[in-house]
Amino acid sequence: MADTVVAGPAGAAPDATAGPGAGTAPGAARAWFRFFRSELRQVFCRRRNVILLAVVALFPILIGVGLRLASHPHRGGGGNDGGLAFVTELTGNGIFLSFIALSILLTLVMPVAVAVIAGDSIAGEAGYGALRYLLAVPAGRVRLLGVKYASIVVFALAVTFEVAAVALVVGVILFPIGPVTLLSGTTVSLAEGILRLFFVALYVSAAMAALGAIGLAFSTLTEHAIGAIAALAIFVVASEVCDQVPQFAVIQPYLPTHWWPMFDALLRVPIDSGTLLKGLLSFAVYLVLAALFAWARFTTADVTS
Amino acid sequence: MTLAVSTAGLTKRFRGGQVAVDHVDLAVPRGSVYGFLGPNGSGKTTTIRMLLGLALPTSGQAELLGVPMPAGAVQVLPRVGALIEGPACYPFLNGRDNLARVDAADRTADPRTAARRIDEALDRVGLLAAAGKRYRNYSLGMKQRLAIAAALLTPRDLIVLDEPTNGLDPQGTREVRALIREIAADGITVFVSSHLLAEVEQVCSHVGVMRTGRLVFQGPLDELRHTGAARIRVETTDPAAAAAVLRELGLPDPQVTETEVSAQLGHVAAEKICADLVHAGVGVRGLAVISPSLEELFVGLTGEGFDVDG
Repeated sequence: MADTVVAGPAGAAPDATAGPGAGTAPGAARAWFRFFRSELRQVFCRRRNVILLAVVALFPILIGVGLRLASHPHRGGGGNDGGLAFVTELTGNGIFLSFIALSILLTLVMPVAVAVIAGDSIAGEAGYGALRYLLAVPAGRVRLLGVKYASIVVFALAVTFEVAAVALVVGVILFPIGPVTLLSGTTVSLAEGILRLFFVALYVSAAMAALGAIGLAFSTLTEHAIGAIAALAIFVVASEVCDQVPQFAVIQPYLPTHWWPMFDALLRVPIDSGTLLKGLLSFAVYLVLAALFAWARFTTADVTS
Repeated sequence: MTLAVSTAGLTKRFRGGQVAVDHVDLAVPRGSVYGFLGPNGSGKTTTIRMLLGLALPTSGQAELLGVPMPAGAVQVLPRVGALIEGPACYPFLNGRDNLARVDAADRTADPRTAARRIDEALDRVGLLAAAGKRYRNYSLGMKQRLAIAAALLTPRDLIVLDEPTNGLDPQGTREVRALIREIAADGITVFVSSHLLAEVEQVCSHVGVMRTGRLVFQGPLDELRHTGAARIRVETTDPAAAAAVLRELGLPDPQVTETEVSAQLGHVAAEKICADLVHAGVGVRGLAVISPSLEELFVGLTGEGFDVDG
């Protein structure tokens, strides 16, 4: 953090309540976590966000029930099920509902959920006018950005693991469960399958966290949260559309969404680590660029809201 | 270090080229209640935003409690409580949670005493009973008081209140004034802005008057009172004789009507004028010293209307 903490400035009035050791490193870390906890409460206890998470949880259930109904014996489980990845595997193993749910919801539902939190992060505070009060506390501009981004990352993890977990439970209920046959044809134990699902969820969380950084950057540009949220959603869709147009093949690896669905690299033996690393590198580059932008913008902008 | 707020040549030019604050040199003595006055749009809020590090000055310096801003924000702002351009809290949180949020952002605040300090601050502004109510259901006066409570969460040396009485009914205005008196009684410097002189003149020891971005007067309130020329008014049966006496005393701007005579008082004591009139055998029915009201002086300094010369 760029802000430094100075305790007990010269001439300060006798201050019985300024925490002892407020200037020491552990004191600063404690204060940071206190602010972070407050931010997490703000994100996860707010009714709007709770409803948002609940709605996201409905999707894996709908997908599971839909695929269960569609996989009746006389319709045949094999063949091409509308081009959806993993659907042929699902009838043999419920764990694949998690991968299906992630790959479907990754295109729009999860990014929009992340966009709501990330776009709201700074712009929402500015919109309420609370931003000027936080900065006058002083919360510290860089410190505030750090706390905001940390809570966005927690939300990205929460959404991803929520989808994976709900889909896993629904998959276990509606479909058979057992040793997992991976995309490369190798069969591994159910435990290893779930472990791989865990890593898939981490990879997808990283993708959502990178998107959250872009949302944070957008959020520093406006005092209308809805503007930042919509901008981020459009940004995602634009990237996905470009990723579908063959003429754009040259730029496609550089698109922010290009590497999102590549988590199937984890479902092969051996794991396609080259693809994974490229994906993670893409997320890291977008994260750093967005964080730099947010920092440059937010530490120099006049707060007029 | 006797100044709680001092600025030198503080200037803010917006991107459009408009100069909102133009070479303002504030000097707010410690322990004073400083009324920062001026019509809407005269640059008060922009000045306050620069003082608190929310906006960067185009040029000039600002110091709070002797610490340069915005460089010393982390060091000095914990000792400064502020109400900035109206209250703003999270509508979906109740009063107590809103204060807890502000307190959590303060790295110098002790979490162990947070609950007690929050209740004390709420009690001080009379909101303890409404602490569990959601902010969106607060009346404007309650919102204003909650914002003031946030400014009182930790011990302060300086409280900045930007338009604390804006939109309040007379009752609420009186409450805010009482609160300012209480705060000042604790030895805390209060910097309070208003576009209505009448609302703060009873509590202020010092005033600064802004007009279109410039500080046109600054000093103790009494000094502002004395800038206006007082007049003496004599009710008399013999205006001509009375006028002659006043002229003899060298009082400027004499005016004569059928029943009264008036002139600027200057440095002549009213008692002497009275004695001279009696000596001259002028029948005096009434004698009064008339000072222009502060409101008149204020309007004289700031211009008549809103942004008339913006």
